[in-house]
Amino acid sequence: MEVTYLKAINQALHEEMARDENVFVMGEDVAELGGAFKVTEGLLAAFGDERVIDTPISESLIVGAGVGAAVLGLRPVVEMQFADFISCGFDQIVNTAATLCYRHGGKASCPMVVRAPSGAGVHGALFHSQNPEAWFTRVPGLKVVAPATAYDAKGLLKSAIRDDNPVIYFEHKRLYRSIKEDLPDGDFTVPLGVAELRHEGRDLSIITYGGTLHQSLDAARIVEKEDGLSVEVLDLRTLLPLDREAIIATARRTGKVLVVHEDRQTGGIGGEIAAIIADQAFEYLDGPVRRLTALDAHVPFAPPLEEFVLPNTNKIVEAIRSLAAY
Amino acid sequence: MAEHDGVAAPTPAAARAGHDRELYYWMKLIRAFEERVSRLHRQNKILGGVYSGAGQEALVTGICAPLEPGDFTAPLHRDLGVFLMRGVDPGRLMAQLMAKETGLARGKDSFLHGGDIAHGVFGSSSMLGSSLPVACGAALKFKLKRERHIAVAFFGEGAASRGDVHEAMNFAGVQKLPVLFVCENNRYAYSTPFEKQAAIENIADRAAAYGFRGHVCPGNDLLAVVGLAERVIDSIRAGGGPGLIECKTYRWRGHSEHDPALYRDQEELIEWESRDPIPLFEFYLGKRGNDVNRLRAETDERVNATVQSAVDFAEQSPYPKPEEALEDLYASEGAGQAAQAAANGPRPATK
Repeated sequence: MEVTYLKAINQALHEEMARDENVFVMGEDVAELGGAFKVTEGLLAAFGDERVIDTPISESLIVGAGVGAAVLGLRPVVEMQFADFISCGFDQIVNTAATLCYRHGGKASCPMVVRAPSGAGVHGALFHSQNPEAWFTRVPGLKVVAPATAYDAKGLLKSAIRDDNPVIYFEHKRLYRSIKEDLPDGDFTVPLGVAELRHEGRDLSIITYGGTLHQSLDAARIVEKEDGLSVEVLDLRTLLPLDREAIIATARRTGKVLVVHEDRQTGGIGGEIAAIIADQAFEYLDGPVRRLTALDAHVPFAPPLEEFVLPNTNKIVEAIRSLAAY
Repeated sequence: MAEHDGVAAPTPAAARAGHDRELYYWMKLIRAFEERVSRLHRQNKILGGVYSGAGQEALVTGICAPLEPGDFTAPLHRDLGVFLMRGVDPGRLMAQLMAKETGLARGKDSFLHGGDIAHGVFGSSSMLGSSLPVACGAALKFKLKRERHIAVAFFGEGAASRGDVHEAMNFAGVQKLPVLFVCENNRYAYSTPFEKQAAIENIADRAAAYGFRGHVCPGNDLLAVVGLAERVIDSIRAGGGPGLIECKTYRWRGHSEHDPALYRDQEELIEWESRDPIPLFEFYLGKRGNDVNRLRAETDERVNATVQSAVDFAEQSPYPKPEEALEDLYASEGAGQAAQAAANGPRPATK
């Protein structure tokens, strides 16, 4: 059966809660309403209000209480209604959760998932469009994932729930209902920390994740048809820990790398990827490592402004052509 | 006389006398530990910030005395007594303060940021007040699993100004969580006096706004604290929902050992030093017919031996190896399973 990205997340929650009585869900409007996007729909009816908890508007409490429950062996999946709101829970994530194991001498664990609907392109403007992953990808103790397909959305969420560390799970809002896939029946997981090669190529590599994977694949098809270029597309899937081997391998194979992400450029993960490649694949490079990202601005509201700031398929096509010609 | 396992049960009076002596022992041990820690800091044997709780022993002792194994506590940076009373090994605690490999954090973090979950002690971050949401999560677990445990979060009147405290108390009230909030009102948030922190007299008054009861008590009077704590904890354990106890006390020393606290009136310090909880409790013990001089001498001998052996253990312990800085960033294999086994321990009652 064809399943949307959103439904895949919902299925993962249903299946994990049925599999393990210690898994529970907590957040704003997650129970009665089933979530602002209906990601948690049906959970209340299936598992009751003790395991599907509507909270007050208190992001710091939501994350902090998740830590307390996780330390005692539960597996909370807490929701930030929009990833933009995660800044209100920032201290609990980076100071309480991420340091927990370290300052308890390895004798404590925090198996918690923080779900964060992120991403632009839905006319959400400044406070409903953010991609805050880079605030977290430099924090040891955390894991960060950003699935781009329904299969990965389901498989990565299951792995995140079963992992003994705090995992920030960025789900891209634009993908919720825009992509559909046939998913296999039964239980499956996608390992954390492993990138996936989505398209093989010889001339150039795109390294991307989340919302811009699909634009990158479209762009690769366009330049293949119109320019005869063979473009490899690597989907990172997990942003912390990075699959450094896969990054280095694709850079060495094609010698030209374009990093694409919807997050802003300065301080974004693309800079880290470029540095890894400069360090580990320098002698294989035939051109500069380039980044195509959102501009260093907030995500604005008016359609012409938003389009100007965000990456899209046409911009990726142009970037590919420019780098290929280098 | 009732008998149990062949041993004569103590009379109520004898049981109370034993309990009194135990409380006295804890206060004396905490005081001796605090004083030794300050001295070790002056000798450069404890590095970094040292935050003395000297003068506040009664409230820690009184709150922890009614707690049971399995209860969850999130102490403040000034509450080393909570660690001791929850059963954390004094040697490991001293090693923690000395940044040794055998400390709770294995040298990773300073002072009381290390924790010992096996003894129900959560190490808090320096963002004071942030442990109140965590305690709510622990209480949520007890509620979900139908356990008769409670979570206790300590915070200062300084942290009471933080949003986390509001968020946690509000949620605890809504969910009727088995959690006790303990406000250690020691009058100063670093240098800022209470009058500049709140426009009301009692932090406990805020409990009403969250739908549960707040209590104010003289925090240096052990009898008052323990009596109130027993009553409130019993009610929380029985499903009565959260509670807030505000203990009025005073920070004898500076915010940390490097702070001479020149911003405060010396008269105020003299006034509060004369409210030392230990002689006050000794007065009570005398009234109860104890030979206080003898009891003091015996107790001092016991606590000094405990503190000395803790210091010896810590001093003999090695520092961690440099490369261990990269260990324990993430949970080891199976860490979650162990916690999960604990989570699943007592089966939940049927709904």
